[in-house]
Amino acid sequence: MLLQIKNLHVSINGKEILKGVNLEVNKGEVHAIMGPNGTGKSTLAAVVAGKEGYEITQGEILFNGKDISEMPPEVRAQEGIFLGFQYPVEIPGVSMTNFMRTALNEIRRYHGEEPIAAKEFLARMAEKKALVEINSKLTNRSVNEGFSGGEKKKNEIFQMAMLEPKLAILDETDSGLDIDALRIVANGVNKLKTSENATIVITHYQRLLDYIVPDFVHVLFEGEVVLSGGKELALELEEKGYDWIKKEIEKP
Amino acid sequence: MSQEINTIPALNKISQWFDAVVEKDGKAFSGLQKERTLALAEFKRLGFPHKKLEKWRNTDLKTVLSFDYTMVSEDLQMQDALDEVFECDINDLDAFVVNLYKGRFVYNESPIYTLKDGVIVGSLSAAFDKYPELITKHFGKYAKTENNAFNALNTALFLDGLFVYVPKNIISEKPIQLINAVGTINDVFVQNRNLIILEENSQLKIIQCDDSYNYKRSLTNSVTEIVLGANASLDHYRLQNINNNSSLINSLAVEQARDSRLNTNSFILNGGLIRNETYTKFNGEGANADIRGVYLADKNQHIDNQVYVDHAVPNCTSNELFKGILDDYAHAVFKGHILVRKDAQKTLAFQNNANIILTDKAMINTKPFLEIYADDVKCSHGATVGQLDESAMFYIRQRGISEDNARMLLMYAFAAEVTQEIEIDSLRDRIQDMIKKRLRGELSICDQCVLQCSTPEEYNFEIDMSKI
Repeated sequence: MLLQIKNLHVSINGKEILKGVNLEVNKGEVHAIMGPNGTGKSTLAAVVAGKEGYEITQGEILFNGKDISEMPPEVRAQEGIFLGFQYPVEIPGVSMTNFMRTALNEIRRYHGEEPIAAKEFLARMAEKKALVEINSKLTNRSVNEGFSGGEKKKNEIFQMAMLEPKLAILDETDSGLDIDALRIVANGVNKLKTSENATIVITHYQRLLDYIVPDFVHVLFEGEVVLSGGKELALELEEKGYDWIKKEIEKP
Repeated sequence: MSQEINTIPALNKISQWFDAVVEKDGKAFSGLQKERTLALAEFKRLGFPHKKLEKWRNTDLKTVLSFDYTMVSEDLQMQDALDEVFECDINDLDAFVVNLYKGRFVYNESPIYTLKDGVIVGSLSAAFDKYPELITKHFGKYAKTENNAFNALNTALFLDGLFVYVPKNIISEKPIQLINAVGTINDVFVQNRNLIILEENSQLKIIQCDDSYNYKRSLTNSVTEIVLGANASLDHYRLQNINNNSSLINSLAVEQARDSRLNTNSFILNGGLIRNETYTKFNGEGANADIRGVYLADKNQHIDNQVYVDHAVPNCTSNELFKGILDDYAHAVFKGHILVRKDAQKTLAFQNNANIILTDKAMINTKPFLEIYADDVKCSHGATVGQLDESAMFYIRQRGISEDNARMLLMYAFAAEVTQEIEIDSLRDRIQDMIKKRLRGELSICDQCVLQCSTPEEYNFEIDMSKI
């Protein structure tokens, strides 16, 4: 099993956001986590990636059988966890090329590998740029600086392609995308899918799931996974709305 | 002042130094006797600056001035100087290199040269002899002595410095690089004096390096006067990397005619105490000044940037951007004074000082200061002090980059806003590389120097005399 989240309780400043989340993800699987706003989806993604400021009060997060809950974010990344940010950060003055080469080499060093040769690196950049249909000029610029919303999201998938993680968590990657960008982003994700890696897609809408077809859909509501099912669950949600979930839960 | 005499050893020696300078160089500076005497009197009236003065309230010279400095006034043995002087290894920087050593201009055959394009480069004292009219027209006209003790002291005591003259309509392609080193004796007090004249429509790039190549204590008081003719353009870079025992007061006084362009940048990489003063005055409309700086300080280092822009006429633009990163107990000071005089309508003046403070013991005193007497102007100022952006830190670390390297990347990027504007490609690469090394703690004071003092015997080098 790649990722195993057991009874995870998480608080921010003493306020409990996740109230006992359970989730299991295997290699080769695509999971979708859906749910209304403010229900803890982004918190779950951030906690798995190791962002500071969250307190795990109960439960554990296992990745490849290892408890990662005390690992710094870079070690989790080196272990193979990638977070596609809902709001990618602009970093003026750091070139995309330099950023990716540094990241790739640190990950390689963690696994006892030599730094990537310049020629190989450039070839990889070119190949992955084509995969996400990203404009060549963007990678010559500073990280996300002056990128449009769509470009930023494409850039997240480009980085995912470059780093080849075992588990990618894509946090609201579809938000703010027009239909063309959405198709490109989804295509990228689909092409990167192998039997060895897994993807968790966090989304508010069913729309993205027309392009990235999940094996499992989970509904996160008020800090808990209240419903899990196959891809048809997403359609049912779309049709009936989140109020339906509320009613389902409130049934005695 | 009476108290100071007891505590500042240098003060007791100044008359003696003055006599030596006047006696030795009486011939070379025959036209200057009166000015020197006047400047000495000004200095005696002012004394060394102290913290009660508004301009010095955050920079304390007490420790710096507590040492018993020596001023070297005897003639420089050129061969010794040539043996000790070093070349800068800024890669591929095709520059015309000149050296100052213990306040003297180092030369092999002739102290002053006329380059192919008519640009005159050489020793200021030689220029006094050769071009007296040109010099007296400008010397001492921009670096004021009546309210600036270090300018007064410099005028009274300087021995030599760099002189550059760019004739009308000449675009000087090759940058001139001035390397100042203070030599190998202990506690030396050096007064460098430079004069740079750009005639109408001319262009020049100049790199002014202050370096140490050992750990001996020194105090340098460097004064540079620059006059920009109509539509002249100067790119000026100060690169400062001196040892922690040494102090540097580096003043720049510029006068700008109409439509002239000043682009001056200072990069303070290391030093015990460094104070850069930048003063520019717009004398003609349509002139522009970009004044930028990066300073990196740690341990007990003290960095002070003082900028004064005098918008004396309408329709001029000034832009200031200073960025600093402070670690350990470092202390930095920034004061940017913009004066917009009554008639200087349509002035655009912007000022920004941004700081990253890495510890709670490091300190910055930043004071943007606008003094505006015209009513149709656009001026702004801003100062920020902060830590590294946490969301950016997480973003970078999430890609697998360690905390240390993430910090490094962000600090480097912070400085890049200034460094990426460097107009000389090889210099930009070199400074960015030096900043990287400095942030990693790998920068040595010898980093530009081929004469690595820790292992001097391993280096045999020859100066290419054709370059001097």
